[in-house]
Amino acid sequence: MAIAGHAEPLPSSLTLGARVHSWVVSVDHKRLGMMYVGFGLLFFLVAGLEAAAMRAQLARAGSQLIDPTTFNQLFTMHGTTMVFLVGMPILLGMANYLVPLMIGARDMAFPRLNAFGLWLFIFGALLLYYSYIGAQGLYGTSAAPDVGWFAYAPLTSRTYSPGNSTDYWILGIMVSGFGSITTAINLIATILVMRCPGMTLLRMPLFPWMMLVTSVLVLIAVPVLTGAQAMLLLDRSFGAHFFDTEQGGSAVLWQHLFWFFGHPEVYILVLPAFGFLNEIVPVFSRKVVFGYSLMVAATVAIGFISLGVWAHHMFALGLSPEMNSFFAASTFLIAVPTGIKIFTWLGTMIGGRIEFATPMLFATGFLAMFTFGGLTGIMLAVVPFDWQLSDSYFVVAHFHYVLFGGTVFGIFGAIFYWFPKATGRMLSERLGRWFFWILFLGFNLTFLPMHVSGILGMPRRIYTFQPDRGLDLWNLLSTAGVALQAAALLLFLWNVVHSLLRGKPAGNNPWNAWTLEWATSSPPPDWNFDRIPTVGSARPLWDVANPHDPDPSPEAHG
Amino acid sequence: MARRFMRFNRASVVCSVTMLAVLTAPSFAVDVAPICTPMGGEPLQSTSILSPISPPAREIHSLAALVVGVCAAIFIVVEGALLWAIIRYRRRAGDRGEPVQVFGSNPIELAWTVIPLVIVFVLALATVRTIKDVQRTEPPAGALTVDVIGHQWWWEYRIADEDGGPPVVTANELVVPVGRPVWLRLASADVIHSWWVPALNGKTDLVPGRFSNTWFEAEQPGTFLGQCAEYCGTQHANMLLRVRAVDDAQFESWRTAQAAPARDPASFAAGHSIFLRLACMNCHAIDGSSSGAFGPNLTHLMSRETIAAGMAPLNRDTLRAWLVDPQQLKPGCNMPSLQLTDPELDALVDYLSSLN
Amino acid sequence: MTQLVAPLPQVWRPDRAKVGIVCLIVVESCIFLTFVVAYLFFIGKSSNGPQPADVLDLPPVIINSVALLSSSWTVVLAVRSLERAKHGAFLGWLLCTVLLGGFFVAGTAREWSALMTEDRLFISTNLFGTTFYSLVGLHLLHVVVGLVLLSGILLLGIGGRVRQSHVNAVDMVSWYWHFVDAVWVVVFMTVYVIGR
Repeated sequence: MAIAGHAEPLPSSLTLGARVHSWVVSVDHKRLGMMYVGFGLLFFLVAGLEAAAMRAQLARAGSQLIDPTTFNQLFTMHGTTMVFLVGMPILLGMANYLVPLMIGARDMAFPRLNAFGLWLFIFGALLLYYSYIGAQGLYGTSAAPDVGWFAYAPLTSRTYSPGNSTDYWILGIMVSGFGSITTAINLIATILVMRCPGMTLLRMPLFPWMMLVTSVLVLIAVPVLTGAQAMLLLDRSFGAHFFDTEQGGSAVLWQHLFWFFGHPEVYILVLPAFGFLNEIVPVFSRKVVFGYSLMVAATVAIGFISLGVWAHHMFALGLSPEMNSFFAASTFLIAVPTGIKIFTWLGTMIGGRIEFATPMLFATGFLAMFTFGGLTGIMLAVVPFDWQLSDSYFVVAHFHYVLFGGTVFGIFGAIFYWFPKATGRMLSERLGRWFFWILFLGFNLTFLPMHVSGILGMPRRIYTFQPDRGLDLWNLLSTAGVALQAAALLLFLWNVVHSLLRGKPAGNNPWNAWTLEWATSSPPPDWNFDRIPTVGSARPLWDVANPHDPDPSPEAHG
Repeated sequence: MARRFMRFNRASVVCSVTMLAVLTAPSFAVDVAPICTPMGGEPLQSTSILSPISPPAREIHSLAALVVGVCAAIFIVVEGALLWAIIRYRRRAGDRGEPVQVFGSNPIELAWTVIPLVIVFVLALATVRTIKDVQRTEPPAGALTVDVIGHQWWWEYRIADEDGGPPVVTANELVVPVGRPVWLRLASADVIHSWWVPALNGKTDLVPGRFSNTWFEAEQPGTFLGQCAEYCGTQHANMLLRVRAVDDAQFESWRTAQAAPARDPASFAAGHSIFLRLACMNCHAIDGSSSGAFGPNLTHLMSRETIAAGMAPLNRDTLRAWLVDPQQLKPGCNMPSLQLTDPELDALVDYLSSLN
Repeated sequence: MTQLVAPLPQVWRPDRAKVGIVCLIVVESCIFLTFVVAYLFFIGKSSNGPQPADVLDLPPVIINSVALLSSSWTVVLAVRSLERAKHGAFLGWLLCTVLLGGFFVAGTAREWSALMTEDRLFISTNLFGTTFYSLVGLHLLHVVVGLVLLSGILLLGIGGRVRQSHVNAVDMVSWYWHFVDAVWVVVFMTVYVIGR
């Protein structure tokens, strides 16, 4: 095809230093995207080790393997890492890689800003982890933050969190937050400005649509966290009183500000994964997505409603019954567009000819697990039920079904789907299937019992649990599940290494997919396309492959 | 192919088992904490939210049954459809070409927008009704009022005296009459805590600088357990709750005993003077001797069943071990090790265990 | 690729710099909103120390505000002059803008110094001090950033490096400056009208 580029491999004579240098100074969206994903996966391993250490401690009641302070640091770092250093960079990195290719552009709108965002993220991440070496904790020893990932005031005040580990938490997240904001601005500008000829907004693939809404949420939500963290920093460093309850400051204000960021953040983490599914499910079902416009509308609706549900994290606070009712109602409301998405994917699969390659296995796993997590989410929206369930292991189970069963499964599906495009080689399908099934089993073995632990009265964030409450078996099962997940991840790593070296060459379009990234070579050349493509529908390559049956082009206005 | 498959199978099983050993063995190789000594006494009530023994917990339980039912139905429908799609529409050997492309259907899309709307509307109505029933803003008629103050990492209770006398002050173990509503006014002395005894009611946070309320009514006698449900620092895990519901007569005699002055220290002069001489009195109140407020009130210490906010049964041995080094039992807690000699320890334990 | 559709529909593509600056303004607005919410939340909750009505002096702040708001007008004139390639007028109006902005910063410095020396109001004094210095200070920080940008353009302009073709970039800085002025209206209403 004329628009296909040809990859130009680096001359092998380049020294290692020159290669590294070429990555460090790169402003190419593809390299930046891969670096985002690479760092994200690295921190995924770190956060996984932290989780495994916690589960080892909780394998039995009263275990003394890990002392309480260390345990509290582990769950703080695990949560913070997974949200800010794994979810955000991997999703934003995938978007970085894919959006320009999918909309037929040669790069992002602001390539240098793009590089700046990546290095801000890396710097923020290192700052957070430097706390393990450099921060002074309670007894003058080095210490990571131990205030929990949502860092409720006044536990974060100088009084209850002496030393400077909490300051590392604030600054690390703030800096990486600036990185996320610059990337979001860049994505919005790219999507609005850089679409190729013929690509109206309604002919855009759905992944860029999801990223557009996600980026707008980043613009609105992340600055609020930044503002709240600036206040906390003023409290801790200059004696301000925003969250100082001794001087009339408010612990409740922090919760409002944090969750005003925190809940949209959940959608920031899951909308891009929805985007992956919107690409994977149709391609492997060999059928166009069922109800494109409603999918777009549901996404925009989720974006709006997600800004008005934050206080459902605060039902146990004793807010007024009216407030509780309002936030319960808005939370129920957001279930509707989320449900629409699930039905849309089902509608796409039904009537198709589904091929269960690894990306589709993960997409299907996502559908099954995210549905479960969504339904437990509905239970948590029922305020009185939430009074029992919130802050228990039930909640831990719920958000892992949403963010692991959802987002992480989506990410792995996406990695298997686009790895051939990015590297020119296929990941091993055989290892991929084993990886999926072991991870799927391990995931359920870990998190399904946590629902039971929570119902039996086990609060989250406890370093040890009581032996007389029937919790032993469920906790042991959870720990065993982590072992399976660890084994699965080893397989994945092996698969990546092995396939990079020996994988089957991919060709331009190994999945017979329909969007523009598959029109260029694998890996794409630095300039993406030799000639900027022109599209007549949301599935340009379908139109090429089926000239007798092209997609109807929507009457487009924008 | 089959052989490779089998070999691979074995490899992943070996890998998984190794991981399992790596994760669980260390925990079983290390001694468990002293808390794991089983406690004697009457059987304890379950901490499960499925065994409510109080009207609000019962109402939540029945609402939960409705919600779980609805969600289970949705789950079965959606996952059923998914399974059907997986089985019925998977690619088969003979398939050629692409399936029919369906771009959507207005009636179907409308249906899966409107039906969920109706379902969540019904759930929202049920939710709002139960909020009104469970979340009281005024104490129920005839309620016993108790102030609960959360501390890092123990509970202070102040049980109001209806006749206007001073409240009865105790720590970590609340005794209440069966069949009478109890109105809790919640506050915190330091960070946010959360009061959660699942059998009695859902959790309510204790927020510094702010008051919140909750209530319950124990419908049968027994000891109800729970624990702090909002992360509050190092020993969050061991901020345990214990509510003992007894009949009216027992409650009144308990209250009278708690309101009585402390045992005369005269016969334990040695221990008493250590208590006054060392840092003890800065934090702990003993009626007539000291008025510290940072730690639990010890006036009727031995009337309690447990020590260290419910971590271990209270007796001379555990008390002595606690005084030797609190950090051993509860690492990170705010009570320092007092570095006492053996005779000093004996005297202090003698004195404290006289406080019944 | 085979041409499948003719004619191509018109695709809406806004200017990338404008999209970027509008996004930046959304981000900044959210940060300001956070501090404004905190300010409103804590009005009247200071139990000790100076209260807003006792120490906030309106007349100098109003003069200050007039200076800052009129600088929005001068920056518009500057951009227009550049558009028409009138370099002298461009530099003159830009200088006015910088001077007016500088006047605002100096005025705030005077106000703060009086608050600290005479009224003993610091960020740690009470909730009023906490919210006042952080909100007004956050705005001041933005004024200073704007001044740095404008002065940079001014210096480049004096050196003859700003040409008519740069008008879009200068215009974007002026958008930011308008935003800083608009936020001042909100801050002024919050601190000196509602909060006082």
